Amino acid sequence: MDLNYSPEELAFRDEVRGWLRANLPEDLRAKTAAGDHLNKEDLLRWHRILAKKGWVAPAWPQEWGGPGWSVTQRYIFEEECGLAGTPPIVAFGVTMCAQVLLKFGSPEQKKRHLPGIYNGDVFWVQGYSEPGSGSDLASLKTRAERRGDRYVVNGQKIWTTLGQYGDWIFCLVRTDFETKIRQEGISFLLIDMKTPGITVRPLILMDGGHEVNEVFFDNVEVPVENLVHEENKGWTVAKYLLGHERLNTGRIGGSKRELARLKAFAAEQTDGAGRRLIDDPRFRDKLTRVEVELMALEITNLRFLDAMRGGKPPGADVSMLKIRGTEIQQMLTELMMQAAGPMAAPFKATGPQDAVAFDDVVAHLAPRYANYRKTSIYAGSNEIQRNIIAKATLGL
Amino acid sequence: MDFELSEEQRQLADSVGRYLNDHYDFERRKKIVHSDTGASDAVWKQLAEFGVLAIPFSEQAGGFGGGAVDLMSAMQAIGGALVVEPVLATVLAGRLIDRAGTDAQRAALLGPVVEGARRLAFAHTEDGARFRLAHVSATAKKAGGGWVLNGLKRVVVGAPLAEMLVVSARTSGSPGDAGGISLFVVPANAKGLSTTPYRNVDNQRAADVKLDGVQVGADALLGAEGAGLAAIEEAVDFSTALLCAEAVGAMQFANDTTLEYLKTRKQFGQPIGAFQALQHRMVEMFVTTEQARSMSYLACSKVDTETDPVERGRIVSAAKIKIADACRQISQESIQLHGGMGMTEEMKVSHTFRRLTVIGQQFGDADHHLERFAALDR
Repeated sequence: MDLNYSPEELAFRDEVRGWLRANLPEDLRAKTAAGDHLNKEDLLRWHRILAKKGWVAPAWPQEWGGPGWSVTQRYIFEEECGLAGTPPIVAFGVTMCAQVLLKFGSPEQKKRHLPGIYNGDVFWVQGYSEPGSGSDLASLKTRAERRGDRYVVNGQKIWTTLGQYGDWIFCLVRTDFETKIRQEGISFLLIDMKTPGITVRPLILMDGGHEVNEVFFDNVEVPVENLVHEENKGWTVAKYLLGHERLNTGRIGGSKRELARLKAFAAEQTDGAGRRLIDDPRFRDKLTRVEVELMALEITNLRFLDAMRGGKPPGADVSMLKIRGTEIQQMLTELMMQAAGPMAAPFKATGPQDAVAFDDVVAHLAPRYANYRKTSIYAGSNEIQRNIIAKATLGL
Repeated sequence: MDFELSEEQRQLADSVGRYLNDHYDFERRKKIVHSDTGASDAVWKQLAEFGVLAIPFSEQAGGFGGGAVDLMSAMQAIGGALVVEPVLATVLAGRLIDRAGTDAQRAALLGPVVEGARRLAFAHTEDGARFRLAHVSATAKKAGGGWVLNGLKRVVVGAPLAEMLVVSARTSGSPGDAGGISLFVVPANAKGLSTTPYRNVDNQRAADVKLDGVQVGADALLGAEGAGLAAIEEAVDFSTALLCAEAVGAMQFANDTTLEYLKTRKQFGQPIGAFQALQHRMVEMFVTTEQARSMSYLACSKVDTETDPVERGRIVSAAKIKIADACRQISQESIQLHGGMGMTEEMKVSHTFRRLTVIGQQFGDADHHLERFAALDR
């Protein structure tokens, strides 16, 4: 065991770091650093820069354009992106839909959809949650009734992140209305969002941002060839996807960058008597404990990746990355706001601006703090993650 | 980046684990704890035979020249079984001899340790020092060709069992000064050295050690006069990393036995593990232990490879913060989830509670290491 990077890994890190420095457009870097809303064009611009380099889909097999990296190299790349402050690669296409197609898709589905995902030509979003089906996802009610060579979809999805940009949406829909076992009546469907009958309505969050949406389906006709895997086997697909999703919620690189920002910021704040905030033991102890938790999580994350060498899927205990990763992210936003003290109150909404918006970097801190409350709720609330570990790992 | 244990490391973990499983169950431990010495020669010899006392010492000392990573799994097993033998005390004092001493001192003093014929202890902590390593007020004065030592050392773990002590004493300066601390090797039966032995809360034997005009020869000095602090900091960092591994073993046992209890204890007509209020607490114990395990790996790896003492200290302090917090959580929660049974002397988990409580404080509690981390993190 040696928890230092090998010379080869260090060389790879330097290569990635150098390339990111040279190729991340300054306006995108600044926008991301400031916590400004990134629009579709921003997100896709960065996506295409990476696609051109061949780095946009690190986890894909090489035959579909993956770079053939080891799990450690993939981790280093993610971390460097976080440290450099790149815009995110929106997960719904590259990490989620594509992973499903690679595992369950027909040859035709792969050929039709993977290139569009890779090149950033098609913006994918996810249709899972419904108004009555949050943590209890298997209770979902959106119906897809088979009529000849089409499904007719009726129902509603909610919390559809970036749904306003969606070209296509992958959905969990109910296809068996009789079955007693709810999980067995669900299918995984790909839907073109230009199809008549789809309405997207924004939900504005407490930070003022337009990030999530409601999506309504009113007699939406979907060709049966858009069914992934078998009819009524969508829950298997969803479960496979959830494991992948959780492996990406640690966000170590991003949190490292936030921690560095917080330390720099706290070193600039003084209390009027000349003491720097970072030297205040009460503040410093909180800061150090987050840093320690993050150091530990980085090693824990690497241990999971190490165990996945050779293609083994992660165990259910991977949920711990989601739990601790989001707790760290939330604590960092909270401490950042605390560090600003009274200056944290002025508010600049993440979304559309009005005349009294305060345009200063500290004005992002409160909205960001508010926005990050989502992290312990989305992708399976942290309580659901604890249920998963209790059941699947501990056998309770 | 490599998490794989070597063949030798795996073998050591296997053989120590199997031996403790077969020969160090809770009942046998109880007998050892309540014996006159509170330790077992047979267990000590066996640990030496496995190489536990050879691995961390240099080849000049007769050891294998290994590091913390090599010992890590054995320390986890020791933690799980709550072994009371003074392994860590001996490794700590031995490392001071190994790092600060001459070849002649290494061979003469550590040879018997490697063979399992000698235990050591480090007499360092004093009243008013809390966890500050530079706080040494015991004195050593030149006299004749040698030295005369005076002072009082408190709660010296392993001292009642040690044939030989490494003693820190000030040859110049005042308590708290970084310079002026020297290290001496003193036989436990030296004239003027008296001990008040007792049992610590974790059932390990310790003693107050009084030095009243103890005379030692010139060859008792380890390393350069007045330059002992760096060696002490290094040896304590190394031992703290090992202690973290021991803690993980103890926490793992606490979690395993608590989980088992949740599955078997019934109330309201069902196993209490069916209650979500308890499930989530158990999950938190599990996640915390994995995070603590990660930090123990990091600390062991860094004390073996990091040459900059500031970075080494920063990482070790980070690990000890996590371990100390985790010790508190796991020990307290494991008792709570056991209910009244967890309070009883007859349950091993109550002894794990006691050991975890001591580990949380040993070589510095979370507050101490929070302060140290902040000082080193520049």
